[in-house]
Parts: sequence; structure tokens; C-alpha cells
Amino acid sequence: MTAVVEAGATDLSADAAFRAEVRGFLEANLPSGWRGVGGLTPGEYEEFRAHWRSLLTAHRLIAPAWPREYGGGGRTAVQSAILAEEFARAGVPRGGANDPFSIQMIGNTLLALGSESQKARFLPGIIDGTYVFCQGFSEPGHGSDLGGVTTRARRDGGEWVIEGQKIWTSNALTANWIFVLCRTGDESASRHEGLTLLLVPLDQPGIERRPIRMINGTSEFCETFFTGARTQVGLEVGGVGGGWRAATGLLTFERGETTATLPVRFRAELERLRDLLESRHALDDPLVRDEFAWCWTRVELMRLSGLNNLARWERGEPIGPESSLEKLMWSELHGRVTGLACRALGDEATTYSGPDPSSYFLCDEPGAPAGSVSSWVKVHFSALGETIAAGTSEIQRNIVAERVLGLPR
Amino acid sequence: MDFSTNPDHDSIRQSVRSLLDKLGTEQDVRRAMETERGYDTDAWAALSQQVGAAAVGVPEELGGAGFGFAELAVVLEELGAALLPSPLFATRVLAVEALVRSGDLGVRPEIESLVAGELTATLALSATGGVWAPGKTEVVARGEREEFVLDGHASFVLDGAAADVLVVAALLDGVPHLFLVDGRAEGLHRTPLETVDLTRHQARIVLSATPARLVQCAESAESVIAEVLDVAAIALAAEQLGGAQRCLDMSVEHAKNRIQFGRPIGSFQAIKHKCANVLLELDAARSAVWTAAWSVDHAPEDVPVLAAMVKAHCSEMYELAARECIQIHGGIGFTWEFAAQLYFKRAHSSALMLGTPHDHREALVRRLGLGTAV
Repeated sequence: MTAVVEAGATDLSADAAFRAEVRGFLEANLPSGWRGVGGLTPGEYEEFRAHWRSLLTAHRLIAPAWPREYGGGGRTAVQSAILAEEFARAGVPRGGANDPFSIQMIGNTLLALGSESQKARFLPGIIDGTYVFCQGFSEPGHGSDLGGVTTRARRDGGEWVIEGQKIWTSNALTANWIFVLCRTGDESASRHEGLTLLLVPLDQPGIERRPIRMINGTSEFCETFFTGARTQVGLEVGGVGGGWRAATGLLTFERGETTATLPVRFRAELERLRDLLESRHALDDPLVRDEFAWCWTRVELMRLSGLNNLARWERGEPIGPESSLEKLMWSELHGRVTGLACRALGDEATTYSGPDPSSYFLCDEPGAPAGSVSSWVKVHFSALGETIAAGTSEIQRNIVAERVLGLPR
Repeated sequence: MDFSTNPDHDSIRQSVRSLLDKLGTEQDVRRAMETERGYDTDAWAALSQQVGAAAVGVPEELGGAGFGFAELAVVLEELGAALLPSPLFATRVLAVEALVRSGDLGVRPEIESLVAGELTATLALSATGGVWAPGKTEVVARGEREEFVLDGHASFVLDGAAADVLVVAALLDGVPHLFLVDGRAEGLHRTPLETVDLTRHQARIVLSATPARLVQCAESAESVIAEVLDVAAIALAAEQLGGAQRCLDMSVEHAKNRIQFGRPIGSFQAIKHKCANVLLELDAARSAVWTAAWSVDHAPEDVPVLAAMVKAHCSEMYELAARECIQIHGGIGFTWEFAAQLYFKRAHSSALMLGTPHDHREALVRRLGLGTAV
């Protein structure tokens, strides 16, 4: 349906040359018959990913939109989205498991708000893997209500001393640094004014990371305890008291790219579902056909809306509350896709068998075998977290109602 | 093409809106829907002659205004928002599409009259129980060359009682064909149906040896009808988009102004979430409807899938928007006097007309080439 793509927006086609370059890179560096990382075992994936990251770094494709002086590719935001789309289609990662935090989140925030010395120190180090970040935002007492965080940082000479606890820290064990939203203001400071975003090294006695086991059986995130943890003064991103602005800005940086990649990934997952349903003759059932058509429609609606959003983003219009609509759409769709797979699997879906999924957030990777029970079932459980993480569905609806429709708080 | 900033669309939208501001108020709607004809002739004259609405998307060499189906979708969206009863859908979307797509040079004079707003028309296709499939038509034709007569009946004919011309699907030697029938023809009996949606009149027609003229289809009549039904589904989806947006606008306005328990009811999360849910479905629909409308002219091979997709989605979206509009308005929402009931009935009927959401999802599966049982 490539003609449909021409109807809306630009399909990012102004950068056809860059797209060809990316495809050329993929062809030159992937084995023939490559189906996607979904076809690898977890061990094979880990090995592939490390090698792949080095390759991307060498080709300046790991942070394509960062300035070249820091090791980036000096590319435009649109070209970055094109790269993301092509990589999603080929079923290869953009970098390491922590790079969404290191590059998309804190790296982009440093570029926008960081001091020169922070940029010079961290950006090249993020690219070459010296600094591997995770995110310290949510606390047991403050998830949706992030503005009320209580982890405290106080000055002690040339250092900050941090006391408190963060939770749901994704990929904390593979990181060596963390960006932490701390309260630095006194009681007279407003809720938001009293916050500072600090960069903190993880390997120190004052920080303990304890893995939390999730419903899908894995332990991808942790509780992180700060007891007299220390970091240098000068590592405040956006200045002392600038934490709320930095944190909220940080969350917007990856939006242009997810608009480009989500439809690709969800379409690939639907194709796997289709293969599964056809192999089980499940499509003989009219209810299954109806549900599949509903899911297919949702993905296509997402794709067409995405093209429109991308056109506006390309023109420099910020993607604001529309991203809440996108998040609601895919996160609530996902459980229905995986639910349909489980229905087709029937009793089999009460067990685990076959290869595990190669990733637990979003769809399983392209290349994953259609019939792997464990793959479908574990992603089905992971999907439960997708309507909670990165802003719950309830919060997203509030955002849309208040900021798009203007309903009163 | 970026639909959100297309200047052609903006100017067409503006002309239709200015006209509707004057001639398409809720009062106008209620007055027109109670008439026997089912629409106001002055409003139709203004729409078809001043704005040229029936000529949009028809090539200039056939007397049309040029532009494309995407521009017609803009007109339909605005009309869907206002709910103004109008012969536009039956005339331009059903009849004119069928005649143009037939490729019959002999019907050019009819096309020209229709797009100029001089005559109105409709398509009679549905058999008993509302089956819209050419092979199932319950009208039979006999005769030859220039002289045919039709016998049988059709129902759910939009504007069937008032239309000047009817395009009728009939079986000739067991094969579906299209015929032109004059609204005042001998042996044609037209009975208005008592419709739920008073803004869209329908009729049942009975034909007894009714004289008719064959429309020569370059491809088969069956393929012409299939194309018309897909295009009509997209057109209806554009209307549904306009209507649903109006429902959401009313809901939000009320939620901001209605005070209970010392605060606007829009400050309650339940109300916010209802509005957000409607917006989610509406926002998802927009790009798809525009893409579908654009594809009618520029990527017709994509139309069958897009038509099925947008009709299913927009039907459910409009029903949700209308239902929540009533719910958010509380007791008032339930009255005859308040506008919500008009939108709800249009949403209800639009969802069932030209195929239910389930029918379209079934068609989608088939058109995507899935499964063996289909």
C-alpha cells in the first residue's frame, strides 16, 4: 500500500537519498536472509547487540542527530526518524538496551539544557559507551504524581549528598550512571521549583540496586536506594531548581521517532499474528476474523495518523498532547493483539514453551518465530505494564482532556 | 499533500460553512426534516448552484467543477456536522458516481443536469432486509435495445420518494444491469418509509412494467456498483467525521459550563475520560478518512481496503460520540428538543446503512486475502 503513503504528508521522502544510504548500510552489514533479532536466542541477541552498537558508533549512526563534534552524525531530526523506521523494519536495535535512556532521554536533554562542560564530558562518553545511563524518576510514593518526589539532595561542600529511594528503574543493573530527580529546595520553594535533575555515578557504596521480578518473570527493573550517595556539584542538568523543566522536557524527546517506528513494529507483529492464526485455522471463526480486522484497522489508523504528525513535526511544530493519543492507541491495542494470539493458542497459552521474546516492551522483534507460545504469552503479560508505564492511560486521558479539549483541572 | 493546510479544502470548507451558518441552523434542520420532500429546496438550490456542491469531483468535461473526491469529502464533512437534510448524498455520491463510472456517453445529459442541481437522483439497489448486493436485486428487466420495462421492488432508497431520477439495479437475463427510471414513470409506486433519522428520508419503491432506459456499462454493472458502494462508504465516513466532531464540541462545551457540586462537571475525571475517548477515536479517523477520499482519485487500488476500514471505524466512532454526548448532557440529552437526539439517530442509521461495522470488517479480512474459509 505504498500509494496510500503518498496521500498523506511527505512520507519523509524528501530524504530519499539518506534512506537509500541507510538501506545500503543495513544490506552491507547484515547477513543474507536476515529476518530480525527476534530470530536470535537471548544469548545470540546480547552478542549481536554489542557488536552492532560498535558498528553504529563507528559509522556515526548511534546518535545520528547529535552534532559531529560529540561523535554524532550531524543529521536532521527527520533523518533520525528515517533511520529509526528502517531499523525497525529490518528488526535491528538502535543501540544498546540503555541507549533509550542515555541517548534519547538524558543525552538529548543535555544537548538542549546542559552546560558546555557537561556536554563535552558526557556526550562523547555516552556514544562510546563510557557512560551508560538509567532513569531515576518514580518513587514508591510518587509515580503519576512525579512533581511530589521526596528523594532529597543537599549540598556538602563540592558535592551533593542524596537520600531516598527510586523505583521501576529500568535496566539499572547494566547502567553505571543514573539521572535522578531530587528535591533540593527548602519548604518555601514551590513543588516544582524545588527540584533538580542530578547526574550520579552508580558504582558507589551509597547506592544499592535491588531487582524487582515482574509478572512476565524477568527482572528488568529495580528499586534503587540512595543512602548518603554522592555526586559532584556541577552535575545539575538545567541548573539547581531546573529539575522539573528538565524532566518534563526529557520525556518529549523521543516522540518524533516513535511516531515513525511504532506502526512498523506493530504491523510486523500483526503479520506474525496472521501467520499464527492461519497455521491454526483460527480464521475460520468469524469472531476471530472480526477481532483481527479490528486490530489491523487500529495499526493502519496509527500509521496514517503518524504520517500526518510527522509532516507537522518536520515543519517544526512540536508534538505535544497528540503523543498522549498515540500512547493510548498503541498501548491499549497491544493487549488485544496478544489476547487474540492467546485465544488462538488456547490451552497452550496456559503454559510456556518455545523461545522467549527478545524484548519485553512493545512488540516482540521482527524475526521472532510466529508460533512461539512463550513469546506471545510473555509479551501478553508485559502489555499489562504498557498502559501503566510512561504515563498511565488514566493520566494520558486527563492530559488529552485538559490540554487538547481545555476541560478544567 | 498535507491535508491540514490544503488551501482548496479551506476555501471549499469556508463556502459551505457560510452557507450552513445562514441556511443550515438547527431550526432549519428541524423544519426541513418534517417536510414531505425531506429537504428545503432553497437550501438545496444554494448548495448546488451557489457552492456547486454536486459538481465537486466530477470532471469539467461532464459539466462538473473539477477538483476531486477529497474536496467532496470536505463538503460532506460540513454537511454531516450541520445535519442539514439534502439530496446531495443520494444524487452526487450514489447516482452520479454510478452514471460517471458506467462510462456510458448516452447519460451525459443526465449527469450534467444532476451536477448542476437541476435534477435530483438516487440509487435503488437494496432488496428485502437491506441487502446491498447487485446480484440480489429484486427487480427484473425485460425488453431490448431502447425499450425496457422493470418489475419488482427495492427498499431503503435514499430520497426515493422525491428523487427526479432513479438509477435502478435490475437483473436482465439473470445478470445485474443499471437502468434509468423517471421519478414520474408509469407503474412506479413510491412509498415513504417512516425513518428513525428524519434528516435522511427513505422510500420503498414498487415497479410494475415501469419503462426504463438501459445504462451501458463499459465494465459490468456489478463492478460499477461495487465501486459506488465503496466510494459511498468513504463519503458516509466523511459525514460521520463531521457529525462526531460536532457531538464532541457540544459535549465539551456543556462540560465546561454545567456546574454541579460547586464545580464544572468537566473537572470530574469520568467526564474528562469520556471526552478523551471520543477524541481518541475521532483523531484516529481523520487522517484515514482523508487518505481514503484522496485515494478514490489517486490510488483506486487501495480503495476497497480503505473503504471497509473507515466505514467500520467511523460508524463505531460516531455512535460513541453521539451516545456520550447524550450521557454528558444528562436529562436534557434525552429530550426531543435537544440536538443530541438528531445526531444519535444519524449515527445509528449511518452505522447500519451500506454495511454494518461487522460486515465491513468481514470484507476487510477478505480483501486482505486472509484465511481460507472466507
